Amino acid sequence: MRVPLNWLADYVDLPADTDPHALAAEFAAIGLEEEDFYGPEVTGPLVVARVLEIEKEEHSNGKTINWCRVDAGPEHNEAADNPKDPQPGEERPSRGIICGAHNFEVGDLVVACLPGAVLPGNFQIAARKTYGHTSDGMICSARELGLGEDHDGIIVLKDLGLTGEPGDDAIALLGLDQVTLDVNVTPDRGYQLSMRGIAREYAQMKGQNFTDFGSASVAEVNAPTSDGYPVVIEDSGPIDGVPGCNQFTTLQVTGLDPNAATPFWMQRRLQQAGMRPISLVVDVTNYVMLELGQPLHAYDRALLADEIVVRRAEAGEKFTTLDDVERKLNPEDLLITDRGPTGSKIIGLAGVMGGAAVEVNGQTTEVVIEAAHFDPISIARTSRRHKLSSEASRRFERGVDPKLGPVAARRCADLLVDLGGGTLSPATTRYGQDPEPTVIDLDVARVGYVVGVDYSADEVTSLLRGIGAEVESKNDETLTVTVPSWRSDITADIDLIEEVARTGGYDRIPSVQPPARAGKGLTEAQRTRRRISNLLASDGYTEVLSYPFTSDKRDDQFRLEADDERRAHVRLANPMSEDLPLMRTTLLSTLVDTVVRNLGRGAKDVALFEVGLVSTSAGLPTGPGPRHLPGYHPTEAELAEIYASVPRQPLHYAGIIAGNIEVPGVWGKGRPAEATDVIDTVRRIAAVNGVEVSVEADQIAPWHPGRLAKFVFADGQVLGYAGELHPKVCENLGLPARTVAFEIDGDALLAQTDQRSWAGALSTYPVSRQDVALIVDSDLPAATLAATLEEGAGEELEQLEIFDLYTGDQLPEGKKSLAFRMTFRAPGRTLKADEASAMRQAATALATERHGAQVRS
Amino acid sequence: MTDQLDPLDESAVNAAVEAAIKAFADASTLDDLKQAKIEHTGDKSPLALANRAIGGLDKSEKAAAGKIVGKSRGQVKKALDKRQEELEAERDAAVLVEESIDVTLPSNRRQLGARHPLSLIQEQAADYFVGLGWEVAEGPEIESEWLNFDALNFGPDHPARQMQDTFFVDPAEAGLVLRTHTSPVQSRSLLERGVPLYVVCPGKTFRTDELDATHTPVFHQIEGIAIDKGLTMAHLQGTLDGFAREMFGPESKTRLRPSFFPFTEPSAEMDFWFPNKVGGAGWIEWGGCGMVHPNVLKAAGIDPDVYQGFAFGMGIERTLMLREGINDMHDMVEGDVRFSARFGMKA
Repeated sequence: MRVPLNWLADYVDLPADTDPHALAAEFAAIGLEEEDFYGPEVTGPLVVARVLEIEKEEHSNGKTINWCRVDAGPEHNEAADNPKDPQPGEERPSRGIICGAHNFEVGDLVVACLPGAVLPGNFQIAARKTYGHTSDGMICSARELGLGEDHDGIIVLKDLGLTGEPGDDAIALLGLDQVTLDVNVTPDRGYQLSMRGIAREYAQMKGQNFTDFGSASVAEVNAPTSDGYPVVIEDSGPIDGVPGCNQFTTLQVTGLDPNAATPFWMQRRLQQAGMRPISLVVDVTNYVMLELGQPLHAYDRALLADEIVVRRAEAGEKFTTLDDVERKLNPEDLLITDRGPTGSKIIGLAGVMGGAAVEVNGQTTEVVIEAAHFDPISIARTSRRHKLSSEASRRFERGVDPKLGPVAARRCADLLVDLGGGTLSPATTRYGQDPEPTVIDLDVARVGYVVGVDYSADEVTSLLRGIGAEVESKNDETLTVTVPSWRSDITADIDLIEEVARTGGYDRIPSVQPPARAGKGLTEAQRTRRRISNLLASDGYTEVLSYPFTSDKRDDQFRLEADDERRAHVRLANPMSEDLPLMRTTLLSTLVDTVVRNLGRGAKDVALFEVGLVSTSAGLPTGPGPRHLPGYHPTEAELAEIYASVPRQPLHYAGIIAGNIEVPGVWGKGRPAEATDVIDTVRRIAAVNGVEVSVEADQIAPWHPGRLAKFVFADGQVLGYAGELHPKVCENLGLPARTVAFEIDGDALLAQTDQRSWAGALSTYPVSRQDVALIVDSDLPAATLAATLEEGAGEELEQLEIFDLYTGDQLPEGKKSLAFRMTFRAPGRTLKADEASAMRQAATALATERHGAQVRS
Repeated sequence: MTDQLDPLDESAVNAAVEAAIKAFADASTLDDLKQAKIEHTGDKSPLALANRAIGGLDKSEKAAAGKIVGKSRGQVKKALDKRQEELEAERDAAVLVEESIDVTLPSNRRQLGARHPLSLIQEQAADYFVGLGWEVAEGPEIESEWLNFDALNFGPDHPARQMQDTFFVDPAEAGLVLRTHTSPVQSRSLLERGVPLYVVCPGKTFRTDELDATHTPVFHQIEGIAIDKGLTMAHLQGTLDGFAREMFGPESKTRLRPSFFPFTEPSAEMDFWFPNKVGGAGWIEWGGCGMVHPNVLKAAGIDPDVYQGFAFGMGIERTLMLREGINDMHDMVEGDVRFSARFGMKA
């Protein structure tokens, strides 16, 4: 809401020396946050000047310009002409100014800015040579002064209904020194979208008395008559039982002068408030809306049929609004129509925007003024449905005072009578009854109990009266509060408590730390997340956060099979980009973009990780989701349905390394990352979390089929995958060849119980080491052989290391040799060498039995 | 080895001692010293011979001669050991000098990773509240509309529901959205944990804003909610003041301005006092807060006549940008390793 301060001063005591910035801060403290500040943009000299002579000069560019002698007042006139560049006509004190506009004549009073003046946009005025003369200033148009878009010609004062003497300060005359504050009105406070509402806030803030010029007990209103313009409400489809229109007032003004112009002061205020002056009738309806908050409509009586009918749209109906857009109507849209013997037509989308059919125009002499009250929800839905927000719909959505119609209609009519030469007809329509006021009992102690400030009953009473409420004492503890008609947002005592806190000042609320709690600390899941993130960062991975939006194309690039469960994406109805309409099912699908971006920016070796939620559409209910209204506590079954409607979203960890894991340097060559690096990362994650996970080979996209490790828990749950990405996938994504990656399911990790056991004290007896090399089939996984050896070696085996892998000429085709070092230690004694040998032999014997392993000599 | 030294000739013995000490001192290498050692303490050395000669002396002279020679040999041994020690130290020092390396050469064979500062700051905030005995709650990012809106007192036609540009899951009738704030975790916590409740919920949130220098469609918030008997707006103010000090230094504090949110009443915008603000200390808008609306408590089955409390929420990106002087949102969301690297593992 833009608040021109000179307008506000009409209703309250606003000292002339008010610091507008300080006022903005005061408004912010009562909830009217400053959005913008429109201060003076013109500095002088800007003066009234009389045109004394005009000499038309045609120039070679085809333009005719005026070489003018103007009287800028004794203070600003030059005593004599420049002999080398005399001004037209008889020499006398004046200034010579070039002007390209032609809408003025000798004797007119115009506005001249003189050298030294600065116009909006930091446009500095100086004497300058042009068209063969020295132009000693500029005659200004409205647009050049920031007074609107009119640039058809220069300002001629009489056209604005203004006058003055040459030399008068035009800044003051045109109100260019005025300040407008733009304050943000929160969506619950429709009443603040008016000077009436803002003036009330100001008066209360300053402790001034406020005369409510929007109240029917203060302003004049017309009593309904039997010959008022017929209005019929035929609402066949109230939304949630609420009628679309519950108040409708009409007045009629006749004998308007169709040529009457809107006075400058009103145009100026409309502009300051952010609206464009259009014509007297339209400007007056807008002015009254800004003043009182009641949207109004004026129809040309001559174009209107016999009666106005308010009804819902029928399916298939269409209507072209004033913005020239044809709109397909919805049966919920509330319409203003007229009806006569020859039929009916739509004349407006109620409370949102009218159409051209019955608009006032250059021939209009008689108008019907509509001041109605519509259901906020109906208007909000229509506005949203048609993506059409207007000054009217903004107000109706946020709540218009339902008692305001007769006051606003009369105010509008009075202005038309005053400014347009019309006559107010006594014919008055008044549909609807004043609504019953909301009455709330307020426990005074509860105000302090919520706000933390001790308010007396007297203060609560005074503050609530300040917002326009009627307050009576019900008993010692309780006040009975009658909520003012314009405060539809106040429905319960908590709303009154907010008003007491707000108008009493939030700065009175003390700062009190609640006592510390005996808390439980972070959960194991939260600690695990930090542990893994810190491990990964220590291991050389940098954490990034990629957007979770992806596409089918990415799944194709990942070479996912058509039936891969990772293609079961949650789809967005309104994605940021049609290219990325899906929610990711894996972190890697979006993390890869970050790798490519870093490489593109010059990084050579990149190791990244991300922690985040992924989702799946698998198992989602397909029907409409559960709906319940605010304040409703769902039953257990309903809650279960709500929870079940939400997709499963496990927490994943993913990492990717492109390039070297050890970089080249003074120490020698670097080492490119390989599958074992990311496999080791996952092993380390499992190890620091105390869970055991086994590794097996697997073949799924997007990984290299021969270089992928799958991590499985003893209970069969899959922790995740690590390995080298498929060469084609790297190619598809523009990743370097041999990029390696892992992705694991953190929820699966957390579901595991800690398997670590602790057998008393550590044995300090010496170890016995035994080495053995075994020849086995090439495709026997090392982990399988190792597991067999562990099983065969018995309890005293403390550690089993694989220290060599050999394939080659020395071995038969299809065989490999794995060399193991076994470390034995007994808990209570020193093992003898032959005991350790026996254990080694037991281990190899089992390997021979199970896998045909031969001891290599 | 010319003359046999007379073990009773004290001055001659002393001369031999002097000669030995001088020879040791003159030895400049361990090899020289070894030679001097043989000459002056070896079997053929004057003092050794003198010592041996004691055996041939008259019984009455033996004690005196033994005393003279013994003392001398002790002096020589001491001098030798001392010089031996000196020369060894010199030799060792030279070896270590030879073995020295340039410690300023690069050592980063393994690159260092880093945490994202948005994660770190969430951990800092969580730790602060955990220190006060609060708990940290989390929730899904794809959320039911009921929890994201209705349970928080956003009616189906509430204008505020339009204020937030929401990502809807397809089809829209499914009633699923990408959560527009972390506030649904308030409702989940109330429903699942009951009261008294003191939780903070950091997390990822979504609105359909194009990425630019100050906006991102995916961002983070931290939400706090405290519900108990007797909590007032004064406790809200106190909690926010403490949190501001944790995030922006001991000089910081907060200020409340009336505002509107469907899920709080009274509602407030909160500003914090930022001592390190560019261009001088001042107030900066930080987030929204207020007393939890009775309808929010009712929706969770909690009696608002018995329990009440407050809630607050602020943007993590904004907090980080202000605190660390980050000018462009792109740096926080694009995953450029240079950005995180600046923070290491500490924001």
